[in-house]
Amino acid sequence: MILAIASGKGGTGKTTLSTNLASYISEKQKVTLADLDVEEPNSGLFLDVEKDLEKDMFKKIPEWKESECILCGKCQEWCKFNCIQVLGDEVMIFPEFCHTCHMCVDLCPGSALSFKDVRMGRLSKSHKGNLTFVESRLNIGEEQAVSLISQTIDYTENYADEDELIIVDAPPGAACPVMEVVDKSDFVILVTEPTPFGLNDLKIAVETMRILNREFAVVINRYGIGNDDVITYCKAENIDILAKINNDRKLAELYSKGNLLYKHSENLREQLDLIIEKLHLLK
Amino acid sequence: MKEIVVISGKGGTGKTSITASFAKLGAKEIVVADCDVDAADMHLVMSPEVIHTEDYYSGFVAKIDENKCTQCGACIDTCQFDAISPEFNINQYKCEGCSYCSEICPTHAIKMQELCIGQYFISKSRMNNYLIHAKLGIGADNTGKLVAIVKKEARKIAEANNLNTILVDGSPGIGCPVLSSLTGANLVCIVTESSLSGFHDLQRVYEVAKRFKLKACCIINKHDLNTKVTKQIEDYLEKEGIIHLANLPYMANFSDAMVEGKTIVEKENTIHSQLIKDSWQKIKEIVV
Repeated sequence: MILAIASGKGGTGKTTLSTNLASYISEKQKVTLADLDVEEPNSGLFLDVEKDLEKDMFKKIPEWKESECILCGKCQEWCKFNCIQVLGDEVMIFPEFCHTCHMCVDLCPGSALSFKDVRMGRLSKSHKGNLTFVESRLNIGEEQAVSLISQTIDYTENYADEDELIIVDAPPGAACPVMEVVDKSDFVILVTEPTPFGLNDLKIAVETMRILNREFAVVINRYGIGNDDVITYCKAENIDILAKINNDRKLAELYSKGNLLYKHSENLREQLDLIIEKLHLLK
Repeated sequence: MKEIVVISGKGGTGKTSITASFAKLGAKEIVVADCDVDAADMHLVMSPEVIHTEDYYSGFVAKIDENKCTQCGACIDTCQFDAISPEFNINQYKCEGCSYCSEICPTHAIKMQELCIGQYFISKSRMNNYLIHAKLGIGADNTGKLVAIVKKEARKIAEANNLNTILVDGSPGIGCPVLSSLTGANLVCIVTESSLSGFHDLQRVYEVAKRFKLKACCIINKHDLNTKVTKQIEDYLEKEGIIHLANLPYMANFSDAMVEGKTIVEKENTIHSQLIKDSWQKIKEIVV
């Protein structure tokens, strides 16, 4: 089962919940955590894990062979992402924009385009006890996170045992990177905070879940700040609130040092137990 | 034209709350652009009255004409995005609009349709300035392009009203919307927080900002949460030549103003209010 931890708004506690839930469960059974927030991966900061491997991750982009090119200009015409420009007698390729749709390479009449791999990021796998941790980080300047996310999910699924719980820390927002993660998940936890910004972004996230027809529930973090509007909204929309994690300055301080929080907070352990019980996460 | 872009790398550092405060302080002297189009929240505290709405079209989606389709399956074989089901339905959210299927369909049954994926608005806010903001459809691709449009509209409004400063609430992360937010900017203001994650993301997003050779300044929020990390951030700022604007203390009720639909600077006589006013003053001096 893939359990995604997502949120519309950034900074609501997605990474806190992912790392604490995964570590807490790992005290009892095998579990894998994958950080798919590839633009700003932070889960690793909270986990005292031992690295097993690191590898470069690639995407395929077209490469131009001048000798075979008849300068017909078809590739430029086909490419909807403007990554191919024919300038005079030269074909220029802008790899950051390429979606690897294969059209130019497959259809080039002169076979002047073939694929080459370019590095788009780096994946690492590490472990501590029962916990396996997979992380990918996107190269700075790279625009297409989706392919790296999708490759990381594939890697994680292949590596984990068939019946193992996989928790994934999703990217924030409601755009294509998070859609990619949600699409491959079985259940989604939306983490929010009880503030007007939190509620506004939660509504967008809920809309996303409903469009993708994905089962989901809500966890409220920093419970105690703001107001009750998030709870009222969830009730009205029949959305299950799995847990409420109290706002606590002491936890914010521990978080700032990169510490896991559940060992220091009874409230958090109780709330994690609620999530584990309601979603039947233990075998 | 001077463009000030506020970014954070990490979410939840207080970026939007601080930008909204700047918007209040800049009042009618500035035009405000909400380029955090994925999670647009500026309107919640700026109470905009929409003057003009425009649909936002970007990219294409494939559409199969059932009458022409012979169900040969060539489209399914070529699609790299798994967007065509065995029943020949197109999944709009998976289709990236590359048009490969349309190109190879032997009966020309597939047409590419332009996709309306959101709207953008030109509004007048309660702060006596213009706010350009957007509502993006779910799962939309190409948010960078929408950011570019919002910024372009902001520039047009500024020119038409003889204003020379644009304040931009930028996007989180380091990907395409951030690159688009930073394009054409004069000053980037990074709002970070005193935590290992905040510092980590600050460094990554500054690597991006550096490519634009921008002047940069920084506000450290919740500076008293972890004095050790705050010191590390301060050293980093000095080493990189980033102007350090202010350290804001951790405040559990940062959200109280938000609940009232106000900005932090409208809570008079608080330490935050004064520090943010000072920061805005410094920003104005830097961009002149």
